[in-house]
Amino acid sequence: MGNLDTLNDMGQAIVGALENETNDYEVTFGQLTVTARADKIVTILTFLRDEGNFKFVQLTDICGVDYPERTLRFDVVYHLLSLKHNIRVRIKVQADDEVPVPSVVGVYPCANWYEREVWDMYGVMFDGHPDLRRLLTDYGFQGHPQRKDFPLSGYVELRYSEEERRGVYEPVQLQQEFRNFDFMSPWEGAGYILHPEEKTGDEAEHKGQES
Amino acid sequence: MAEVDIKNYTINFGPQHPAAHGVLRLILELDGEVVERADPHIGLLHRGTEKLIENKTYLQAIPYFDRLDYVSPMNQEHAFCLAIEKLLGLEVPERGQYIRVLYAEIGRILNHIMNVTAHGMDVGALTPILWGFEERELLMEFYDRVCGARLHANYFRPGGVHQDLPEGLCDDILRWCDHFPAVMDDMETLVTENRIFKQRNVDIGKVSAEECYALGFTGAMLRGSGVAWDLRKAQPYDVYNDMDFDVVIGKNGDCYDRFVLRIEEMYQSMRIIRQAIEKMPKGDVLSADHTVTPPRRSKITTSMEALIQHFKLYTEGFKVPEGEVYVAVEAPKGEFGVYLVSDGSNKPYRCKIRAPGYAHLQAMNHVATGHMLADIPALMGSFDIVFGEVDR
Repeated sequence: MGNLDTLNDMGQAIVGALENETNDYEVTFGQLTVTARADKIVTILTFLRDEGNFKFVQLTDICGVDYPERTLRFDVVYHLLSLKHNIRVRIKVQADDEVPVPSVVGVYPCANWYEREVWDMYGVMFDGHPDLRRLLTDYGFQGHPQRKDFPLSGYVELRYSEEERRGVYEPVQLQQEFRNFDFMSPWEGAGYILHPEEKTGDEAEHKGQES
Repeated sequence: MAEVDIKNYTINFGPQHPAAHGVLRLILELDGEVVERADPHIGLLHRGTEKLIENKTYLQAIPYFDRLDYVSPMNQEHAFCLAIEKLLGLEVPERGQYIRVLYAEIGRILNHIMNVTAHGMDVGALTPILWGFEERELLMEFYDRVCGARLHANYFRPGGVHQDLPEGLCDDILRWCDHFPAVMDDMETLVTENRIFKQRNVDIGKVSAEECYALGFTGAMLRGSGVAWDLRKAQPYDVYNDMDFDVVIGKNGDCYDRFVLRIEEMYQSMRIIRQAIEKMPKGDVLSADHTVTPPRRSKITTSMEALIQHFKLYTEGFKVPEGEVYVAVEAPKGEFGVYLVSDGSNKPYRCKIRAPGYAHLQAMNHVATGHMLADIPALMGSFDIVFGEVDR
């Protein structure tokens, strides 16, 4: 899949040609990642698709990743493939749930469903998308299930109601408490759970007093 | 005569339609019998696989991959295992790699039998699917003999495969390879040159190579339009490098070409199966790094350390270094990719599954527009869609 030198060259060429649009590139695990500005994504992808040295003619995938602790909490990740050079590149932009990312459906028609899925799962909006409806979730679904703060069990469950003769939604009732096992061993860096009174003071001081 | 006002029809194709290959709700706008717009509504089989995987350890996540494209389960596991191995930098023993290639090709034949015969059934040929399923059953027995399950294998593991092949299995697979071409010949006499079958498929759903790129087509869909692109050749994984096989391409990019191409791919898969069995070395099938792979049963009873490793592996799981990879394999349906983001813990932070059928189905509107309603089943058949992987 292209050796490291080619990937580095390719990364340099991309960042060099798109100085204002991209931030940086890195090669990890033998794969090329370019971080870029979200508002310039259409320019970047059009350039990479058409320019003879790149010819990334195929958009393999678009996916979202959620990092709730960041201000721009979402990553939108574009995977491109160049069949001519047999190289893949990953373009990463950051987004939040307020400012839309420009849609790339005009560049790659197959982006249509990928963007709909990211909207459905994460709530990232795409500006200029022809038909930004929900895709995988139920009709009338609320919320964005793949966000890290969305519970695994969801909020509503569906059952068939004999009286009403249709499916009805009800709040989820778990018959058994949801068990989330934490296997991180305390001596490998998981945070200690302190008593409330212990928490206020400086930890180092506590240790000193005890010894 | 007064002009008759013909109204456009909007019809629901599915979700309960035998030719919808599962639970597809396809909303078709028809002008007479000509399709003007096709709007696939998917997600009726959405199980939140990606969300579930984020809440499971890496080993617990493997079975979810069987349930994506349930027609060729092991090919999906392959992509996930390769992704984990890439993050871990884990070497797979050579015998393990050969077994994986062997079973990936069996999976390809499983898938293609299903697709080719179901495609036939969609356009009216009922017999091939009955004959084909007999053969699938034999192949699933080979699955059964290595992992104990006909469908949901959970056989490929990070670091190799779970168990070595049982005695005599290779001979049986070779014997099957000897007898299968005769079945294929029988089946082909029924459909390949059949007048009705050709009328229903030739020049239906034509896509050019440029369209294929733009629509994100991979696998047989892309090769059917004459692009010699196969990840097994272009970006080889495991021991595909050592295998001698041809990349089959079509000429016209229509449904018929894709049908014939898949039949030829089965013969190529059989070539790979024979080579894999012939060249398979002796040795371990699973990496000896016991933070990732379980110690052998015999060792657990005698070694305290092995017992601890076994317990730790199946409760806490193993930790994968921080980073992100995208790994793709040539699944029978096309490029099946896994984008894995790890935060250094024992669970994937994000696992995006790139399913080939998703891109193919998405192009339904583009390809179906202008075709007749009766062509839709033929299109669906040649797109090779399974809803397990489309809806995830």
